[in-house]
Amino acid sequence: MTGNASQNAELVVARLRAWKAEAVAEVIAFRGDTTVVVPRGYLRELCEQARTDGELQFNLLSDATCVDRFPTEPRFELNYQLVSIPHRRRITLRVRVPGSDPVVDSLVPVWPGANWLEREVFDLFGIRFTGHPDLRRILLPDDFEGHPLRRDFPVHGYRDVPAASFGIRKNL
Amino acid sequence: MTTVETALGQSKTMVLNMGPQHPSTHGVLRILLELDGETVVKAIPDCGYLHTGIEKSCEDKTYSQAITLTDRIDYLNPLGNNLVYCLAVEKLLGLEIPKRAQYVRVMLTELQRISSHLVWLGTHAIDLGAMSVFLYCFREREEILKIFELFAGQRMMTSYFRIGGLALEPPAGWRQAVDRFLKMMPSRVDEYENLLTENRIWMGRTQGIGYISAENAVALSMTGPTLRAAGINYDNRRLFPYSSYEEFDFAVPTRTDSDCFGRYMIRVAEMRESLKIVQQAYHKIPDEGAVRTDAPGIVPPEREKMKTEMEALIYHFKIYTEGFSPAPGEAFVAVESPRGELGCFVASDGSPKPLRVHFRAPSYINLQALPKLIEGQLISDVIACIGTIDIVLGEVDR
Repeated sequence: MTGNASQNAELVVARLRAWKAEAVAEVIAFRGDTTVVVPRGYLRELCEQARTDGELQFNLLSDATCVDRFPTEPRFELNYQLVSIPHRRRITLRVRVPGSDPVVDSLVPVWPGANWLEREVFDLFGIRFTGHPDLRRILLPDDFEGHPLRRDFPVHGYRDVPAASFGIRKNL
Repeated sequence: MTTVETALGQSKTMVLNMGPQHPSTHGVLRILLELDGETVVKAIPDCGYLHTGIEKSCEDKTYSQAITLTDRIDYLNPLGNNLVYCLAVEKLLGLEIPKRAQYVRVMLTELQRISSHLVWLGTHAIDLGAMSVFLYCFREREEILKIFELFAGQRMMTSYFRIGGLALEPPAGWRQAVDRFLKMMPSRVDEYENLLTENRIWMGRTQGIGYISAENAVALSMTGPTLRAAGINYDNRRLFPYSSYEEFDFAVPTRTDSDCFGRYMIRVAEMRESLKIVQQAYHKIPDEGAVRTDAPGIVPPEREKMKTEMEALIYHFKIYTEGFSPAPGEAFVAVESPRGELGCFVASDGSPKPLRVHFRAPSYINLQALPKLIEGQLISDVIACIGTIDIVLGEVDR
């Protein structure tokens, strides 16, 4: 299975390189999975190609998530999990985004299913998606301050637990 | 706060707030409905009322400690969550799992699938007014929970799958318990079908309701029974087998009607297929053999060894205090949960705590198709549509 999967992934990478060599910055193979690192400017174009190309047909966007590598730069890594149901293939796309300018093209025009996935990343990481039709917080309340899945956001939050509400005097 | 903007003085439509405290939203889902009479013009789902920050909490735990948090994501499928998280960490570590443990994992996750579908069927039927089905479904689910209690000591928050295998040796007497269930269950599934499948009220409430085309379903990243009811044969157990599913013989039921009735039929057929898999796993599981892989420093040593071997004692101490540190890298694993493709993404930076744990929650992603299902339908059909996409709010909000 794994041998088959890596062969499959080589085909995909070759096909994408043949289409536009500069859109494939790096290919990472790890434990039988293949990750294609895409420069930020080529993301939407490459996804459109991956979805419509008859040899690739990545018709399902399974997942989109972010990793924060604070304090190293580029800080954010967006990982997109693509599935081609007709060809039984999976591939990961990765886009590196600097912390000073956390903006990336939205994939909603390519896969409408990216809508809530991107809203979740926006909500929890504060990454903005240009061209997203409805970029609002989704899991957290609208008046929440900060983006809690960033590594510099403390696990226990910024606000103290109101000690008085438990009947405990604060400066005991 | 999510609101619907309507033009001032417009009297044609009204906005109705459904939830977050509404029994048929299966938890705390809020939907804003713009209604024209009884017809839904626009629907905006609003979630997040149950957000507990599980993904953030995982970053503050060691790899083994985080397993207990995964139980609580999709609380109707705790073993499936354990499985996907363990598979992701095992992939990160490059561990091979003994066949015996893999078969036990398959058997228990399939039992979990049946129990999840039973809760779905019971609550969906009660939403649509069929009270007795609920009682029958929970009667059988109780039997499955008893099997889990036998294996893990817990009915729901099992944490039975661990990194490298299983938490415990399968208990004495498990064969009798599973065998009893396998003998009882097929006739019980027939019983539900007798109550519902050709019931005129049931057909009236579900047939032709909540249609979504196959193209739209794929474009909206829907997975699971909802996608298979639209005619797309996508099942991770078959397409991308994990945990030795390639050795099992089962069918992936698909339909083309893609309405609430079709999704009901798919789930009932899946219960029967899961029973077949449980039956096969029952015979495949050997009585002897390791249930944990031999990986010192990652998998805790056996209790007996700790009393005689110094290394075993040191490893035990190190695993439970410091944890273990996988090499830097990322792993994504997807399994077929009762609700669809359940994925887990784990990133390691070489420390004993994960850099990032993310769950691709199928009911969260399926939920975004809800407006497509209900716009243009009657308000009573909203309940049927929420039911058939089978959301678990613990998983939607995480």
